[in-house]
Amino acid sequence: MVVQDSNRVERIALFTVLVIVSIFMLFPFVWMLCTSLKPEADVVTWPPRLFPRRITFEAYKTIWHQIPFLRFFLNTIVFAGGVTLSSLIFDSFSAYAFARLDFPGKNALFTLILITLMVPFHVVMIPVFSLLHKLDWINTYAGLMIPRASSAFGIFFLRQFFRGIPRELEDAAFVDGANVWWIYSKIILPLSKPALATLAVFHFMFNWNDFLWPLIVTTSVNMRTLPTGLALFMGKHVVEYAILMAGVVLALLPVTIAYLSAQQHFVRGIALTGLKG
Amino acid sequence: MFIGKIRRKRQPIARYNQQIAYLFLFPSLAVFIVFIIYPIGFSLWSTFTNWNLIQSAKYVGWANYIRLCNDERFWNAVYNTIVYTIGVVPVGTALSLLLAVALNQNIKGTKFFRTVIFLPVVASTAIIAIVWTFLFDPQIGLFGYYLSKIGITMGAWLREPDRAMLAIIIVSIWKNVGFNMVIFLAGLQGIPYSLYEAARVDGANRLQMFRYITLPQLRPTTVFVVVMSVLSSFQVFDQIYVMTRGGPLYRTETLVQYIYHHGFTTFQMSYGATVAMFLLVVILALTILQLRLFDRPVD
Repeated sequence: MVVQDSNRVERIALFTVLVIVSIFMLFPFVWMLCTSLKPEADVVTWPPRLFPRRITFEAYKTIWHQIPFLRFFLNTIVFAGGVTLSSLIFDSFSAYAFARLDFPGKNALFTLILITLMVPFHVVMIPVFSLLHKLDWINTYAGLMIPRASSAFGIFFLRQFFRGIPRELEDAAFVDGANVWWIYSKIILPLSKPALATLAVFHFMFNWNDFLWPLIVTTSVNMRTLPTGLALFMGKHVVEYAILMAGVVLALLPVTIAYLSAQQHFVRGIALTGLKG
Repeated sequence: MFIGKIRRKRQPIARYNQQIAYLFLFPSLAVFIVFIIYPIGFSLWSTFTNWNLIQSAKYVGWANYIRLCNDERFWNAVYNTIVYTIGVVPVGTALSLLLAVALNQNIKGTKFFRTVIFLPVVASTAIIAIVWTFLFDPQIGLFGYYLSKIGITMGAWLREPDRAMLAIIIVSIWKNVGFNMVIFLAGLQGIPYSLYEAARVDGANRLQMFRYITLPQLRPTTVFVVVMSVLSSFQVFDQIYVMTRGGPLYRTETLVQYIYHHGFTTFQMSYGATVAMFLLVVILALTILQLRLFDRPVD
């Protein structure tokens, strides 16, 4: 909606300001891409240059054997993908129970979930780590994924959506003898595709990008995800800038492409949470 | 009297639903109880013990809390967290509001600008912090070089005690401005157009409209953005861990850094948990304040 009229001069001024802001926002991305395409010897030069004099894909080739990059990549896919899938299933189970079923203790349980939503992860990270340690789940996919298998936020979000679905369909199905499981899987879920997609995008991105959780659950290099693996690689070998930047570009690529092709889901998914990762 | 209150009582679907509800809830509840509720209780209990990696925990009364009160490094972390919050929240909120208002005009390229400004939000904070670490390095990053061209010398900010926090604040604002902007844009869409039309009939100029219509109408949105930003600022970790590890001279060590330090470096778990309890109290107080200010129904 156009809220205010503005004259030509103001428009041009505003446009210029927005162009400058955009350059600043994009600069780190452009810099990482350019650096990753330089030969290592050209990265540290004086005067420094943004654009490579000679483009080479050397860094993109060496990264795979310089560090266990493929392993990081697969770990991140398993972790983010697995958590997204299990969270969608379990969140929608609980959301359905809270939205549609009547049972004793409903309010108490809902309050319990509300409490878990308010407690920041940092408050429980030490006891959770010690628990995983006792279970011998450090450096395992189970340790990475099971504590994240459901999310209070997802339950809230889906419950809200489910409550907006008209009941008439379910009532009719029920009269025809359908059971609760049938209604959940054949009516509620298919009607909730947009909400599920938004939630999937949110969960996947949040876990793909997450740092502190994989940092404490994994200690061996082979179990690292991309953010932890690359950050700790930087701490150890700061010299190989081009390789590190190639890793950064590759690590950011999947989420960036997904964002550019499904912006609506991203913006909605993130704005709805009110929680930043 | 409740005679007028008609509540359509739904016929419960069937009695066996009640048990099946627990089946539906079981996986989520199991995860929450084992990995959130129980750890909260354990955490609270452990703050009254000397729990660490080596010894079995012994009751020590309020010793951890007394230590907290006298711990200069803890108060330094509290101070740094507040400095960070004061650095990030007002500037970040104002910038995102201005950008939202700018993008709410009918300007060419609005969609492009919105996409670009939101782009850092979807990037991993830890990964993008690697890039910023290099950008702030005068040897490789170009900022120092560009600034030196216009006569400003920029040192290695991340290694300067007085500048490191500023660098981290800049990165955080850059990272999150798009997030808040999107929330403000949603708020702007909700302002009735008729208000502006009426104001125009009364001869108000655009600045007056912004001051007397846009700002007051956006009040709930602004409160939301400010509280959310404060909450997330108190939990900042990733970019600090990657860029400075809390240094130089502990000048960027924040609360979560300090919890991490005790939980995973010195392994004084019970003391780390005590610092975490402090964070929990602050976060809960802010959350309750937000619910009050916002008057948002929980439903």
